[in-house]
Amino acid sequence: MTPPVLLDIDGLRVSVGGRPVLRDVSLQVRSGEIAGLVGESGAGKTMAGRAVLGLLPDAARVLSGEIRFDGTDLLSLKARAREALLGRDIALIPQNPMTALNPVARIGTQIVDGLRMHLGLDRNGARARAVELLQAVHLPDPESLLRRFPHELSGGMRQRVLIASAFSCRPRLVIADEPTTALDVTVQKQCLRLIRELQRQHATAVLFVTHDLGVVAKLCDSVAVMHGGRILEFRSGDDIFRAPRHPYTRALLAATPRFDRPGDTLVPVSAEVLARLQEEVDVYDAAH
Amino acid sequence: MFFLKRLLLALPTLFGVAVVVFVLLRVVPGDPIAMMIPPGASQADVQNLRAAYGLDQPIPVQFGRWLSEVARGEFGTSISLREDVMKLVAGRLPATLELCAVAMVVAVILGIAAGVVAVRWKGRWPEWLADGLSGLGLAIPDFLWGLLGILVLGVLWPLLPVSGRIDPRIEFDPGSRFFLLAAVVSGRFDVLAELLRHMVLPALALAIPLAAALARVVKGSLAEAMTQDYVLVARAKGYSRSRVILRVALRNALIPAITLTGVQFTFLVGGTVLVETIFSFPGIGNLAIGAVLQRDLPLIQGLVLVFAVLFIAINLCVDATYVALDPRVRRP
Amino acid sequence: MRVSPKLGFGLGVYLGLVLLAFGAHWIAPHDPLEQDLLNTFAPPAWRDGGTSTFWLGTDSLGRDILSRLIHGSRVAVTVALIAATCAGILGTVLGLCAGYFGGWVDTVVSRIVDVWMAFPPVLLSIVLAAVLGAGLHTVVIAIVVIDWTRFCRVVRAEVMVQKSRDYVTSALTIGLSPWRILTGEVVPNVVPLLITLFTLEMGIAIVVEAVLSFAGLSVANDDATWGSMIQEGRQFVRQAWWLMVAPMVCIVLSVLAANALGDGLRERFDPLLRRERP
Repeated sequence: MTPPVLLDIDGLRVSVGGRPVLRDVSLQVRSGEIAGLVGESGAGKTMAGRAVLGLLPDAARVLSGEIRFDGTDLLSLKARAREALLGRDIALIPQNPMTALNPVARIGTQIVDGLRMHLGLDRNGARARAVELLQAVHLPDPESLLRRFPHELSGGMRQRVLIASAFSCRPRLVIADEPTTALDVTVQKQCLRLIRELQRQHATAVLFVTHDLGVVAKLCDSVAVMHGGRILEFRSGDDIFRAPRHPYTRALLAATPRFDRPGDTLVPVSAEVLARLQEEVDVYDAAH
Repeated sequence: MFFLKRLLLALPTLFGVAVVVFVLLRVVPGDPIAMMIPPGASQADVQNLRAAYGLDQPIPVQFGRWLSEVARGEFGTSISLREDVMKLVAGRLPATLELCAVAMVVAVILGIAAGVVAVRWKGRWPEWLADGLSGLGLAIPDFLWGLLGILVLGVLWPLLPVSGRIDPRIEFDPGSRFFLLAAVVSGRFDVLAELLRHMVLPALALAIPLAAALARVVKGSLAEAMTQDYVLVARAKGYSRSRVILRVALRNALIPAITLTGVQFTFLVGGTVLVETIFSFPGIGNLAIGAVLQRDLPLIQGLVLVFAVLFIAINLCVDATYVALDPRVRRP
Repeated sequence: MRVSPKLGFGLGVYLGLVLLAFGAHWIAPHDPLEQDLLNTFAPPAWRDGGTSTFWLGTDSLGRDILSRLIHGSRVAVTVALIAATCAGILGTVLGLCAGYFGGWVDTVVSRIVDVWMAFPPVLLSIVLAAVLGAGLHTVVIAIVVIDWTRFCRVVRAEVMVQKSRDYVTSALTIGLSPWRILTGEVVPNVVPLLITLFTLEMGIAIVVEAVLSFAGLSVANDDATWGSMIQEGRQFVRQAWWLMVAPMVCIVLSVLAANALGDGLRERFDPLLRRERP
């Protein structure tokens, strides 16, 4: 039995300053599942995540398409209604923990604010909940942590704080935008495990944006491969790794180191494949 | 610790000011005695006077003596007002301090508000309005704002008083020269209102250029802060645009804004020289022009040094705000 | 060549001002010092009782305001040109030296600039006025002494940037002397910036002149300057407010024009200045 679709992006086209960045992007995230969105930098992954949040840059325009969250069209939502949804039902784990926390506000304030805004808790209630949340992400001495400023924390600790904050209102969908890219390898693993743990615990759906196929293979129920603002294929994780259809996916797999097959030589994505991708993009753009 | 360091750094500046004042006022104009003696004094009288003032000593000795006098607050007697300079300045300083404090509060509120409005409603008419007003505020100097205020709110629609600090008919014994403070402490809110009414125009005249400068800088640094990751993260937590500006971005934006406008706060104090004159406001600025026109050297010395101390104090206050806003510099 | 509205406004006002200043004797309808005691406080021509003999009315001694304004522009323009030029030359020379030669030259100049900037302009002008006495020379000296740092700082920074660019390095490699490089390569690149600064400085100079003549520290009192006209008008603001407003409008217009001109020039020169940084 497959769980119902929670997030449905359908034919989304976005341009920034007249230049197309998303070309007919369609993908679904099902309740309680993790969907991976894989691609190189500049493929439009982050832009797709920001479109879901309704936080595209000022110069961006949505040309067509729909983003449905649990049946409501996010794109036609008024600002007020969208803001009520963000943080409560849809949350973000950002890419770079070093810049994602407000440097002049205490950790406590940054978590408590959201709790009071969305859950209507009072100051003490929100504080108590914040302590629980920090405990849940295995941060030591949460009480004193609340009084600290971001610059007093390491990168890994900050990312834990951000993860705690993202899960603080028990959202139904979390958008994880390359949440481990900026971290050390050991810390990366811990953070991934943490996200997995919290996701299972709360049955949260996750749109996991990354360029790391290895992470996707371990984590995701379904995978979308993206390039040049297009989704090349979107299938279940097993299918994609066992029988990649698109040549680019095959090339990506060949270019990814695998721990289970350490003897394999890595092959960079060939110029031939890239040329074909560019051709496809040109054909697409000519049609629009 | 931080302030002790800053204070020590300020001492050379103060010393520099003292040297400049000494050199310019004692050495450049030639013989200060020539300006003091009555016409027809004999050569012997002049010699006696020189000896009495120590002017027959070598320059470094003169400087040392002068410095120790200045350090003790002995500036001599004002030539034009025939009063002890220190007493004169001390009696008038509180009025200037109160005026400047009010003006700075007004400037900070107006400036930040204009900067916030310009960013909150970017690309729409409030931004253009804020930009236009800050452009005007920067282009027109403080004394013209003062005169404009007198013209519009004092003469054409006489709503506000345009001269003095308080209506002399009001019975009020402040006990000190800090009228505003005294009125608040003694609970005389009628007097407080009267004092503030007298301050509206001069304080606005002083405040507008600073507010305009602040608005420009706050707008720039706020727009910059709005592009930061933590703003996006806060927006993703459901903060509205206004809320994210006020709760997250503004405080970050104020840190560079304060460094960039620190000097402008001292300009505001410098503005009292003309603005207090225009509004016959009994502060120290009001004394300066008269002193210069009369070449009242003891008074000029006293004023310049008191102003220099004020400027240094303001710089320290600006530093203090900076430290209070930025947790990263609190523990070096 | 297209001229932006800003540039047009600024240029227009400035050219007009210079024209008025140099042609004051021919343009002004009256002698600015000629008193007409039968016609004191005449209102401007468009108000009741105004005559077309005195377009902007007369002051307390019956002198023609328009003529005084026109003659006042002479002082404003003269001071602005001389002071801005001197401040520009002083600041530029020091800035070029500091930026180009670096080392102890740079240290000394930068140190002086820092101390100078910490010294508020008002204090400097008070001390200078006290030392030098009232007069036009005081005004010019005050402006130069206060504002050379503006040029110095900007020029120094710009020279440092230019110096680190490829073309200076290549000029050095082909064996050009430092002096040739300074005059031949660096200066032409700093000039657009200097022109912009110069126009802004003219606006500042006009204000400083107005301030000092308002305070009675500029030229002798019966000579017309905008500042002294404001000072006179202030005393009669209740009878004849236009006495004060007319020179105020002139000052504000000049400053706005200077700012517009500076902004317009900056926009125009920007593509020149914004070559990619190394």
